Amino acid sequence: MTNPIEDIEKANVILITGSNTTENHPVLSSFVKRAVTRKGAKLIVVDPRRIPIVNFASCWLRQNLGTDVAWINGMMHVIIKEGLYDEAYVESRTVGLEDLKKAVERYTPEYVEKVSGIPKEDLVAAARLYASAKAASILYAMGITQHICGTDNVKSLANLAMLCGNVGIEGGGVNPLRGQNNVQGACDMGSLPDVFTGYQRVADPALREKMAKAWGVKSLPEKPGITVMEMMDSAHEGKLKGLYIIGENPLLSDPDLKHARASLDKLDFLVVQDIFLTETARVADVVLPSTSFAEKDGTFTNTERKVQRIRKAVDPPGEAREDWKILCDLSARMGYPMNYGNVEAVMAEIREVTPSYCGINYERLEREGIHWPCPGTEHPGTPCLHVDQFSCGLGVFHAIEWVPPAEVPDQHYPLYLTTGRVLYQYHTGTMTMKSDGLNELAPECFVEISPADARKYGLGDGEKIKVSSRRGEIEAKARISDKAVDGTVFVPFHYAEGAANELTNTALDPVALIPELKVCAVRIEKV
Amino acid sequence: MKREEEAMESKNILVIDGNEYAFDPGETILEVARRNGIDIPTLCWMKRASPTGACRVCVVEVEGARNLVASCAAPAAPNMVVRTQTPAVMRARRLNIELLLASGQHNCLVQDLDMDSWTDSQLRSMETKEHHDLCPAYGDCRLQELAIKYQVRGCRFAPLDVRHEIETVNPFIVRDLSRCILCGRCVQACNEIQVNNAISFGYRGTRAKIVAKGDRALKDSDCVFCGECVQACPVGALVLTQDMDGNGRVKGETKLVRTTCSYCGVGCQMYLHVRKGRIVRVTGVEGVGPNHGSLCVKGRFGYHFVHDPERLKTPLIRENGTFREATWEEALTVVAEKLNRIKKADGPDAIAVLASARITNEENYVAQKFTRAVIGTNNVDHCARL
Repeated sequence: MTNPIEDIEKANVILITGSNTTENHPVLSSFVKRAVTRKGAKLIVVDPRRIPIVNFASCWLRQNLGTDVAWINGMMHVIIKEGLYDEAYVESRTVGLEDLKKAVERYTPEYVEKVSGIPKEDLVAAARLYASAKAASILYAMGITQHICGTDNVKSLANLAMLCGNVGIEGGGVNPLRGQNNVQGACDMGSLPDVFTGYQRVADPALREKMAKAWGVKSLPEKPGITVMEMMDSAHEGKLKGLYIIGENPLLSDPDLKHARASLDKLDFLVVQDIFLTETARVADVVLPSTSFAEKDGTFTNTERKVQRIRKAVDPPGEAREDWKILCDLSARMGYPMNYGNVEAVMAEIREVTPSYCGINYERLEREGIHWPCPGTEHPGTPCLHVDQFSCGLGVFHAIEWVPPAEVPDQHYPLYLTTGRVLYQYHTGTMTMKSDGLNELAPECFVEISPADARKYGLGDGEKIKVSSRRGEIEAKARISDKAVDGTVFVPFHYAEGAANELTNTALDPVALIPELKVCAVRIEKV
Repeated sequence: MKREEEAMESKNILVIDGNEYAFDPGETILEVARRNGIDIPTLCWMKRASPTGACRVCVVEVEGARNLVASCAAPAAPNMVVRTQTPAVMRARRLNIELLLASGQHNCLVQDLDMDSWTDSQLRSMETKEHHDLCPAYGDCRLQELAIKYQVRGCRFAPLDVRHEIETVNPFIVRDLSRCILCGRCVQACNEIQVNNAISFGYRGTRAKIVAKGDRALKDSDCVFCGECVQACPVGALVLTQDMDGNGRVKGETKLVRTTCSYCGVGCQMYLHVRKGRIVRVTGVEGVGPNHGSLCVKGRFGYHFVHDPERLKTPLIRENGTFREATWEEALTVVAEKLNRIKKADGPDAIAVLASARITNEENYVAQKFTRAVIGTNNVDHCARL
């Protein structure tokens, strides 16, 4: 997030898109709800499903799946045409307005209505509302990024925010809501193929030399590595021979599970380090038992870039060991001893090599976390990014064109499928499904379908149906709900029994290499 | 002191118990007092919610006011003279506590106490046969605590025979509205803090009670089981199912360990309550961001996986198609040898590591360092894309 979570209550307008906030980030959603009910903020929700946060919206746009660039360009078209943008901000802090103007010119409300299904008057109203705010905050999640145009979607939201002067101000911002506790931290720490910690590029010789020196090795590999989806493909092609998976369950979370299973099958050697024998661990050659968050010390970095402590509360079961200790032991066996006395010593090294974490130490984190960048121990941290200028200088508008999803309904697969989570379960269910109470409230997979579609297929509520795509098929009970929009079904991806990702598409965003998990074409039939 | 100087300029000063204090416009008497370490008891007052003035335990004397004033709802004003400890204040607080005790089933033996000593009464309570249906909040009840502090004893008022069936038909929250004092904290927590709008005041007069969706069970209402109301309840009306055994509340000392929730990316600050090496409860940390005490259903109730019997306890090695248990020595040797062999035969880029959004920063750091410095490839990624 460019802004801290508490800023949400300082916004005059909040735009939520691609985020089922109340179910996936319940505590954060309470900031939105308080802003609306107690602070008088106006909420715009752009989401095809009637998600619970819609109840708080003064404006709800129900776009067709995969048409985000179109409606965002459409809003900017209206804002530019009506002269509602923040001229002073655009003038002093950005470049590329002319390119943007040209690009959005043809995204008239009429054209956008044709593409996205959003009635033109609603689009105009939303554009005016967003532009009218002194401070407007944009919140988004995987509903924006898990598309072949995910990067373009995010850039479009950034365009919109900059156009109205909403980046770098209190209550504003472009704010991705991270779905996993430490996904921000994993990125910050360089668990990415092209960067070391703090997004220092591996392609930069000076940075490689700096890291090599810090780590006491002669050299470090200069070619950026491959991403998670490429790893699967590379394994499938027989190029990748060995894979070491820590705390992930791709055999439930990857798109097109048939492909994922075939890929892992082709590996010479698979190690899985986890707290449970997950679907993925079951096919491993070696399984290493690790510790849960309650059994170790360390830090997580949350969605607002706040580094916070976790503390050991209980002992791990049996011989389970902390992930870092396992890796250090292994490293020593492979001829490179890593001798850290404790996790604080690891943090000390992180600070040394990472400018944005330089001022962060456990003593300072004792009572409350710190937002990075924090370049020194006297520095208070940076809750809000890009305040006086963008980290790259001027903010650049990108001219972006809408492209349709990789797979659209046709006569064989006439419905759209979109996937997501429900309130009472989490990701692949490895953790939440161990709590009876949560299982009681969300016991099994379902296919959410609109009343009109249910009538069309002659389905009753709770009736078992088969959903198939070009990649696989699952069976689950129909749940007739006005949450669903006509023509689109929704399936949660938590459940191994009825795994939504048997159906999903591996088509990738060309830049971020994120798969299009949010859109594919399916057909349904009675079992 | 910037606040003091500004206040002097604008005359935003009031007197509490003979001392002058500066205040910011809009601050209540209670807030100014608390900020300056002056103790005014409260029951219904809740940080982050608008004051309701329902319990009137926080009354104080304000010079010139006809009646005692609820300090939680009364804004501080220039030249106001407040007294927090006068006999009238103490009498009123005690009376209000007595009335609250008489308003429902508060069988912590406060009501029929006619002895002088609290210790005697507590000892007696332990010995009686009825002990088993002692209020589950016994010993952790704000009303009981205040009754003790204000030495409320005997009972001038016959307790109302309020009886509501105990609601247990959901997995997480036990509702016993016969112990409810209608302070409204749960309603504030639900409607103003979490804004789930699942519960409200229902009925009138002596029939008044807290209702969910037209007086239905929580599981048939809009309740999403965040548990904020339980954390807010000052008495035994809302307790956690997990805290109950056949004989009321599970007893025993717990150790509180502050940590960060391991579910979504919000990073809520929570206390793990640990007894005998096991997590028995989770509560939100008040007064610190990002969550200021709030949690969701997963954070508060989804901790059982930690002690689940299916947790992996030893390394496993696949042999002839099935797993066998192995020592760390064996397992790590196999992994090191295999990785070294692949590295030698096919080069470091034939190996990849999937680190994790579930492990710590320190562990991710070690994972990518291991991949780059030891294996010698940049093939490291995690599930940010999924």
